[in-house]
Parts: sequence; structure tokens; C-alpha cells
Amino acid sequence: MLFIKEVLDSSSKMRKKWEDEVKKSVAKWADQKPRWSTVSDLEIKRLYTPEDIKEMDFEKDIGYPGQYPFLRGNQVTGYRGKYWTFRMFSGMGSAKDTNQRWHMLLKEGQTGLSTAFDFPTLMGYDTDSPKARGECGKCGVAIDTLEDFLQLVDGIPMDKVTTSMTINPPATILWAMYCAAAEIKGISLSKIGGTIQNDMLKEFIAQKTLMCPPEASVKLISDTVEFGTKHVPKWNTISISGYHIREAGSTAVQELAFTLRDGMEYVEDVIKRKGLDVDSFAPRLSFFFNSHIDFFEEIAKLRAARRIWAKAMRERYKSKDERSWWMRFHTQTAGCSLTAQQPYNNVVRTATEALAAVLGGTQSLHTNSLDEVLCLPSDHAVQIALRTQQIIAEETGAANTIDPLAGSYFIEALTNEMEQQAWDYIHKIDEMGGMVAAIEKGFPQLEIADAAYKYQQQIDAGEKIMIGINKYVSEDKSPIPFLEIDDKVETEQIGRLSAVRKKRDNKAVKKSLDDIKAACKKGENVMPYCIEAVKNLASVQEICDVYREVFGEYRDPGLY
Amino acid sequence: MSDKKLRIMVAKPGLDGHDRGARVLARCFRDAGFEVIYTGCHQTPEQIAASAIQEDVDVVGLSCLSGAHRYLFPAVAKLLQEKQAGDITVIGGGIIPEQDFQPLYDSGIKALFTPGATLDSIVDWVRTNIKPRA
Repeated sequence: MLFIKEVLDSSSKMRKKWEDEVKKSVAKWADQKPRWSTVSDLEIKRLYTPEDIKEMDFEKDIGYPGQYPFLRGNQVTGYRGKYWTFRMFSGMGSAKDTNQRWHMLLKEGQTGLSTAFDFPTLMGYDTDSPKARGECGKCGVAIDTLEDFLQLVDGIPMDKVTTSMTINPPATILWAMYCAAAEIKGISLSKIGGTIQNDMLKEFIAQKTLMCPPEASVKLISDTVEFGTKHVPKWNTISISGYHIREAGSTAVQELAFTLRDGMEYVEDVIKRKGLDVDSFAPRLSFFFNSHIDFFEEIAKLRAARRIWAKAMRERYKSKDERSWWMRFHTQTAGCSLTAQQPYNNVVRTATEALAAVLGGTQSLHTNSLDEVLCLPSDHAVQIALRTQQIIAEETGAANTIDPLAGSYFIEALTNEMEQQAWDYIHKIDEMGGMVAAIEKGFPQLEIADAAYKYQQQIDAGEKIMIGINKYVSEDKSPIPFLEIDDKVETEQIGRLSAVRKKRDNKAVKKSLDDIKAACKKGENVMPYCIEAVKNLASVQEICDVYREVFGEYRDPGLY
Repeated sequence: MSDKKLRIMVAKPGLDGHDRGARVLARCFRDAGFEVIYTGCHQTPEQIAASAIQEDVDVVGLSCLSGAHRYLFPAVAKLLQEKQAGDITVIGGGIIPEQDFQPLYDSGIKALFTPGATLDSIVDWVRTNIKPRA
């Protein structure tokens, strides 16, 4: 118990008095709206008191940093030893263009790299595929073969800087390229660190970069987990992501629940399929959350996430290693909270969201640029976004002490409530037979569709406010510089790809693709074969076509 | 007067998976009393034109947030014209910079809706400007 009986008794007495005063006051000055709720529509009370958290047990529910249940963070020293990693997601145009942006960001004080690929790369198509027309380099960097990849990491110290790659269906291939590039530079696989997103479940649920059906997709992911466990021990082989679930319109609780249940699905598959001990791989699982505009809801969500994962790992999977209980996560501020109208206001939104992520204990952070709702970020906009993190870290004092909001009646009550609602969802998905089964039923997809539709209706009705959209609308536009990707990027990239196809040893390519096919059919781990294939300059699509042929292609069922 | 319901196809051309807007709109059109066909993500312009004709729709609403609208939207409009289905109205939405509006109108896109447009304003535009095809 957090409070002795005397405290609760006096709180109860004082609350009654306060409630009487509230009634009188409201009779004179009515509340501005009848119902106050979070951006996710979770109702919030006017005041929280010791009575709201009277059931909590300090040791069991709160505790200390670096100790179970890790509500207060994994790191014993908080941010004093090291701030979170300043990791700006970037990628545009050609590998050369992106490499230049990376060097600029490292020079400006960024501490980790994060790669955005263009849609053809994300979906496993080469730039010269008819399906890729018009998309090359638009939403990220175009990578077709190892040659492009070597250009991407040119001059990057791969043994010192960790690199995250947002890549899903072709994750095995882009990771194979990273491994091959390290080997070419004479860096051993045991030295490289980074993350591949490699989380297909949330693709079916939300982001929709799709290739093979769920079952086969999870198999490929388990291959990477096994390969990483044995050969690339510093690599995070999955970044279990709530970000896209939230961007697709979910509530904060749905983001929390679906993401953690996805994580559990992967744990169960690796144990079952690969026979690995949970503690051999679980410490390398990482997470990725959204930080939306509702400040306290986000802080509570991140705190709840750590506690749910610790409990699940220890109790549900009987894990013994503390490092398996740690939920390590990256956070990105919410793209969907930004507005094209009055775009400079986005700097304020992003700063607020970034502060919430820091107070929630994130270990890595991307801050969106003010222009990201319109285009890929310009150099100047990216610099402001990076500086936002640096100001929070080094000027505001937010990093001085660990989990500074712990013990707040409101924060603890909200954390508990969100955890409880998340467990309700998790148990419901368990009853459906797990996340793959739930996805096949369309359950998480439709829950999110409901929430997204409801939110849009609330915006249209003015029940939820977005400044510049449905309140304080102003015609006064401050034009912002606009980064455009030239259509000639596509022509040049196709030129590079066809030159590679001409000069490479096409017999060796064919053999390595046959080897991957055989491995897929036998259920062998594909990773060693992928590394061999990319070294022979097989393209992303050539390998993905093998996956499509063996495992079949998955089409978006178009649920709404 | 025929009381034939308006048939509208919401389509996601290209490789873009940002389907929040498309799905919210599909539901909104349904609630507004239209007959709605939603294609799901990752349709080629050829697939969209063929299904629009096969489903005999009055409107195709294209959604793209990847920047590939400059290629994809005109491609759909052109294919419909080539297949003698130029009377199917094509509208679009997504992340579309203002300087792209005119070239898209010129290519046959009748209206464009960008972030901040309310659901009602889109439904009203459709109701006002489109009648079920004969």
C-alpha cells in the first residue's frame, strides 16, 4: 500500500468538501465542455487523489529503475550516463543523396542512423519494375542491389554507429546487404549494431507493406532472430512497432495492446519453430512507439508498456534473464498529429510529443520535421527537429532525474488504467488463437478502423481540436521551402540497375537464387543464402520473387 | 427521376500503404448512402480502371500519400478515357502539393481533397457534382 489509512481517510474527507465547492463553482461558471478526454477518448477526471491509486503496491507495481517491473525504466542511472539516441529517420532519392544527408546529420550531433526506403524497396520491387513507376526515391532511398547499399554506407563507421532500417517484407535482404557491406569493409558481424524493423504483423494490421501471407512472414522473421542470436549478437532483429498502428488511427490503448501482443506472437513462434531458449533471443527484441499529442496519455502508455512486457516475459514465458524483461524502445513523434495548415505550428507539436517520449523514458527518438506533412524534410526543417531533441536533453532539465512523474496520482492511475485495458485486449486476442488468427479475422484492423472513423467525426464536429484545421483557422499562410524529388532520380536509378545486371555473374546470381528457393522449401534459415545472393549482386526483387513464388502473395483484403 | 444509388469506388493506386484516409472515406461514403467498393492497397492503374468499369461505378476516388500521384492519377484517368469510360468521374486526395493541382485537373481529375478537408465537404461535393450514370 502506498498510503496509510489516515492519509486515505483525510483525502476522502477533503475530497467531499472539494466536491461541494466544485458543484457551487460549476453552477456559476460552467465547464467549457461536458466531457474531458484524451486524444484517444479516454475519459479523464477533474482531479486525481491518493484514493485513485490506493490499491497500488510500491514494490510490485512501481519499484526502482533497473528493477522489476521496470515501470521506472531499464537504465539504473537514467539519462545521466547517456541521453536517448538522437536518431532521425532519413532517406530520399538515390543512395548518394541519402548518404550526404547522413553525413550532415552525424556532423550536427545525431548519434544513430535510421533509414527510410522508398516504396519499391519496401515492397520488394526493383526500380525498373512496372509496379514501381513514379515511386523511386519519393518516400525514401531507392536500393536495388548491394552496389547501392555500399554507396549508402560510404564513409559511415559501421562498427561505431548503429543503424536502424525500416524494412519489413524484404528485411532478410536489406539486413543481408548490411552484413555483406560490413564484411567487405573488414568489420566482423559480431561488431555491428543496429535494428531492422522486420515486424510483419503490424504490416497486416496497419502499415500495409505486404508480400507473403502472415504465417510465412513470421517464419522469415524467426529466421532472422535465429541468425542474429547466433552470429550478430548486437543486432536488434525485430522492432515491434506500434507507431504505424497509431498512425493508422488506433487509440493509445490499441497501440499498446496490439504491439505487445505482436511481440508475444514472435516470442512464441521463435520458441516453437526454432527451439531457442527465450533468454537466448528476447534481450534483442526491441520496440517502437508513437508519441502523440496527448502529453500525459503518452507518458502513461510508455510506462505501462515497460511493465506489461516485464510481466509477460517473466510470468507468461518464464524468462529468467532480466535483460529479457527490459522493454527497450524507440519513439517517433506523431506524423498524423501534424497539419499542412500553418506548418510552423508543427514545431510546437513535435516538441511537446518529444518531451512526453523523454518523460516516458524512451531510449531513442525521432522528431518529425515541420514540413513532413507535405514532403520529405528539407535540411533546415530536419535541423530544427534535431535541435528540438538537443534542447530537451541539454536545456530543459527534463533528463535530470529518472521518471520524474512517478507517484503522481494522475500518472499512476492512468498508467494502471491503460495497462488494464491493454491486458483485456491481449486476453481477447489469446482467446482468438493468437495474433495471426486475429489478423485473419480482421479484428485489429477493424478495431483501428472504428477508432479512426470516430476520431475524424469528432474532428469534423469540433469535439476534438486541431489548431488550424477546425479552430483558429487562418488564411495567412507562411509558405515553407519544399523538398522535391526529381523524376530523373528514377531514370538514373534504372540506369544503374541495368548496368549492374550486365556486369554481374548472372550464373552465380541464378545459383544463389536457387539456393534460397531450396532453403525456403526445406524450411532452412534463409539468411546465409541471402548474404551470398546479395554479394553476387542479386537484386531485392529477384530475391523477393523467390519468396512470392514459394510462399505465395498476400493481397490487402481492403477492410474498412 | 431514378432513385439509383451513387456507386463510388475508393482506390489506392501504387505501392503506398497509407490507407487511413481511404478507409475513413469509404466508411463515410457508405454512411452517406452511397454504394461503396474499396479496392484495398497496391492496385495498378490498369486494375483500378478495369474494376471501375466492371463494377459500373459513377466515381473513382483515388488516394495517394507517397508522392506518386503525379504519375498514378493521370494514368487512371487516361485508361478510363481509352476504354470509353471517360464519363466515370475521377477525383483524388492525399498529400498533394498545390503546384500539382493544375496539371492533375488538366489530366482529367475533377477534384482534389487534401488534409483538412472535412468528410462532409467531400460528400457534399460528390452529391452536388455527380449524378448516377445512365
